[in-house]
Formats: sequence, C-alpha cells, structure tokens
Amino acid sequence: MIRTEELLLNVGPQHPSTHGVFRIIVKLDGEVITEATPVMGYLHRGTEKLAENLNFTQIIPYTDRMDYVSAMTNNYVLCHAVEKMMGLEIPERAEFMRLIVMEMQRVASHLVWWGTYLLDIGAMSPFLYAFSDRERILQLFNELCGARLTYNYMRVGGVKWDAPEGWIAKVKILVKDMYNRLDEYHNLVSGNEIFLSRIKGIGQYDAKTAIDYGLSGANLRCTGVKWDLRKAEPYSLYDRFDFDVPVGKNGDCFDRYEVRMEEIVQSLRILEQAIEQFPGEGDTMGKVPRVIRPPAGEIYVRIESPRGEIGCHIVSKGKAEPFRLKFRRPSFVNLQILPKLLVGESMTNLVTILGGIDIVLGEVDC
Amino acid sequence: MSEENNREPEEVPTAASSPEPDGEKKAEEVVTQPPPAEEATAPPARRVETDEEKAARRKATLEAREAAKVAAAQAAAQAAQAGTDGRVASKTAAEGEGNQEEQPVKPPSHNQPLLDRVVALLRESLSEEAVEEAYINEPNDHLPTIVLKNEYWLDAAHLFRNHVELSCNYLRNVSGVDYETHLEVVYYPLNMDNRSGYCIKVRTNRDQPSIPSVTPIWETANWNEREIYDLLGVDFPGHPDLRRIMMPDDWIGHPLRKDYVPLDPEV
Repeated sequence: MIRTEELLLNVGPQHPSTHGVFRIIVKLDGEVITEATPVMGYLHRGTEKLAENLNFTQIIPYTDRMDYVSAMTNNYVLCHAVEKMMGLEIPERAEFMRLIVMEMQRVASHLVWWGTYLLDIGAMSPFLYAFSDRERILQLFNELCGARLTYNYMRVGGVKWDAPEGWIAKVKILVKDMYNRLDEYHNLVSGNEIFLSRIKGIGQYDAKTAIDYGLSGANLRCTGVKWDLRKAEPYSLYDRFDFDVPVGKNGDCFDRYEVRMEEIVQSLRILEQAIEQFPGEGDTMGKVPRVIRPPAGEIYVRIESPRGEIGCHIVSKGKAEPFRLKFRRPSFVNLQILPKLLVGESMTNLVTILGGIDIVLGEVDC
Repeated sequence: MSEENNREPEEVPTAASSPEPDGEKKAEEVVTQPPPAEEATAPPARRVETDEEKAARRKATLEAREAAKVAAAQAAAQAAQAGTDGRVASKTAAEGEGNQEEQPVKPPSHNQPLLDRVVALLRESLSEEAVEEAYINEPNDHLPTIVLKNEYWLDAAHLFRNHVELSCNYLRNVSGVDYETHLEVVYYPLNMDNRSGYCIKVRTNRDQPSIPSVTPIWETANWNEREIYDLLGVDFPGHPDLRRIMMPDDWIGHPLRKDYVPLDPEV
C-alpha cells in the first residue's frame, strides 16, 4: 500500500516568483493545493504612520517606494488629492507633463509585468526584450528628473522639472518604436502553443466574483467589466483623448495577458495624442502657497494605476501634516482573491496565477 | 485660486517682501480676533512715518492677513460641514467686502436628492435615529456622506448591498481613523452601474472599539478589516479570520493609534 499524507509547503518569502518578499503557505494533497494562506508584512514600513509627522511635500518620496514599478502614478494620486482639497489650479503644461509620464510609466510597468510573468512561466528571453525596452523609458525619466525608479517628480501644484530640450521629440520616437516592438512581442510569445496551454483557462473567475472581491485594473477588466477610472470617473486630462478600454471575456490568465498587452497600445495612443496637443510653452508650477496646508476636511481621491484603482484618503485638520493618510493599494486588494483561486489547482499553476494578478510587494505591505 | 493671491497687490507694505519668521505662530494666536477694517491699517496721508509706526503698521497688516486667512479656513471648514460651498464661503470671508451684500443662497448640490433619498431609506427601513449626520462633501466631488450609528451598521450594509435602488456591489475602500476621542471606520461603497458612490462613517469608542464586520457582505472588506484591526485595534465581530496582517503576530499595541508608544525605543 502507498501511504499518503498532506504536505505543508512554504513558498517564499525569498522566492523569485513571488516578486518580492511574499510568503504563501500551501497545503498539498499530492500535487493539488487544498489550502493556501498568504503571509505578508515583510516589507511593511509604516508609510501611513510616518506620513503623520511629515508635510505633504515630504511624503511624495514615500509614495515612490510603495509601488516602485509605477512611482509616477503614486506621486500623482497624493498631489491630486491635496490639490483637490485646496482647490488649486494646475497649469496646462504641467498637467500634460504629468499625463505623459504617467502613461509612459504604465507602458514601463506593463513591460515589467510581461517580462517577469514569462520568466515565471519559464521563458527567459522575453524578459530581456522587455527590460531593454523599459530601459529606454527609464532613460527618458532619468533625463527628466535624474532618477530611474523613485522619481519624486510631481509636486502639489505641478511638476518639479520642465521637459529638457528635445525630450518630447524623443518620447515621440519611443512611441513609434514601441508599436513595432509590440508586434515583435506578439510574434515571439502570444501565439506560442506551450505558453497558451500554460495560461488558458487557468485562474478563472467571473465578473460577479471580481466585483465582490473589489478587484480593479486588468484583474477586473479581464472578466468583461468595462471599468477604467480614466473613462468612468475622468481625472487629469483624460477626457480630451480618444482611447478604448480593452476587456476580456473569460476572466482567465490569458485574458489578463491580452488586456494588459492591449492596454500598452492604448497608452501609446494617448501618448501620441498628448504629444500632438502638448502646449509649446507655459508654467510647470501653479500658484501654490508657501506652506501647503489643506483646509480641515476629508477627501478620497482615486486614479487608475497600472495595477488598478489606487486611492488616497486624507483627513486634514488644517495643518501642514495630514491627520491621517491612507492609501488604497490595488495590489493589496487584488491579492485577496489568491487563496480562493489556488484551491484545487496544481502546484505548477501557483506561479501562473500569482503572476497573473500582477502584484508589487512594496504596495501590498506599504 | 488661493485667497492670498487675490489680496496680495493692495496690501503688501514696502517691507513685506522679507518673510515674517513668526507669522505662523501669530496665526494661531489671533484665531478669535476678527479681521480689522481696512481703514485702521491705512496710514494718515502725507506724513513721514516713524519707524515704530511703520513696524506697527506692518505688524497690523500681517496680522490682518493671517486672521483673514484663518477665518477663511474656518469658514470653509464650517461650510463643508454644513454642506454649502466651501470655496465660495472662503472667498467671501477672505475678501471681507461689503459690496456684494449677501451671496445668493447656493443651489443645493446635484447629489442632494440622492443623499436625501438614502437617508429616507435608512430611516424608513432601520430606525428613525440610525442616521447621526448626513452631508455633502463638496471638495470630494459632492460625495454624499452619512454618519451611521454603530448598532445599525450591519443592517444598513445589507441595505446598501441589496436594495434595488442602491445596489452598491463594489466596496472601493475601507479606512480607519483615530480621532483621539473616538475611532472611526470609513466605508466607500459604490454602485458600478449608475456610478453613484457614498461615504459611510461608523464611530466606536476607543476603549472597547468594535464594529460589526461586513466581510460576509463585501468580500473586499476581509483584508481591509484585518489591516484596521492590526493598526488601530478595532474589533470586527463576525469576521472569519481576524488576525494581524502587517505587524508580526506577537506585536504589542496598534501603531496607527495616536497615543501609540513603541515598546522598544530602538524600533
């Protein structure tokens, strides 16, 4: 007789496919997962607590370190919240700069996801392709603000630095090249049979479940729910541009893949239009009081980050420091569905499903 | 469009270009003092000022400006509380002018009927005293905000989720706030179909903080409630798995409390 028993397996916190320091304890029956318990907090730095003793300009660098793959959108959500509370007006050129860097960031972020996801599944070369293209975007950011990852670029009232001479022209070339590169990506990966058999029908859920779990971003749109905050509740200048919200149908890993790939195309479309309409001159900083002190009150502001709805809840007592600052981090909320998806799957699919959710641990733990 | 900019040109005295170092402190002191009239600060015509007079005038101007600013901020806060337009109120207070006698009564927010309807629904199906406060948060896109009594929250959540008119299927955010006198948990349910969102606040005391869990209603609340339990120490009866999520399991205290003192000063 063969003796069988349940196996308790610990994945992470130091594991390449967990994209950071994330740990998951799985109970295995043979190769099938019967229970999964995520454990997090290894990267918890207490950003929200620290923020209570800092003024708003000082908090901006902390937001860079939350979702470090998409720091620009994090900068924006905080600045936008404070501006809304104070009723500030942002010069058009500054708003265009913000929008351009946010969309470039979305492309860069999706490229990181694409590369590392395929690396998780076992394809090495797409990772190198993706990172070499992302590198071009980072170089442009470096020219703009002197940093490659943690930009600290936006300020309450505008942006810190104007685009250097010829920068916009470089973005234009980049956008043009990216279309060709995307074709190449699709040739390389999207039709690959091994790849498709690994991700089709895996980690499937329906729209009702997705909404119930509060998923956002591609994780929600892959089920066919057309919900993109850039369209649903427009902020910044997004209502000026023509773009689509790609949606999936089946809500599996393959649809999430397709939605994200299509989102890169839509971001490029927005970038093209933004460069076309970019005001030739103007201020990059609005009229802002010397001490930024939002009036007493409360606000919840949300925008669409590459990972979903990132929100910022500020309670102000009229001081230069926030009384309470809470970030709604899309990765943290999206990750909740993981234990449900894993039950009944085989161990090999753990990495496929986890990668498909697209988390950044800096944001999960905050 | 800060009120400061509107005032700047006519009021800046010759020496005001150098910033007053303790201007901030003064602002706190003169909170209750009403802004002095313009004539009081204007110098008598064609007379050489002494240094003391100049200093006094400069001080008076600065004080007046700070007082107006504080008054404007207070007015804005009050206006936001009362549900009138904070920005209009702050502007008039800052200008302090009599030429426009009385601002015409602002038309109610476009979300006012929505708020009234929800409050009526809550009063009707739960209890007359279920709603403590209801107002429109104007700076936040006219968000209808409702303060609910703790004991009615679970039923109200069911109502928000399942009532045909509300059907808020999406809970976009949950956050906890320590107000030092009480703790408050803020929920942001949303109806994705007609895009109407609400803000619901539930208060609890600081000694035995407890708010019924809404995880059975919105699955999203699960980790959010765990986080609030971990960092603020609010108990959520009815939660399936209320454990710490960010801090280690053996951690003592709840770090986001305002009176939190770390056990180990090195940490």
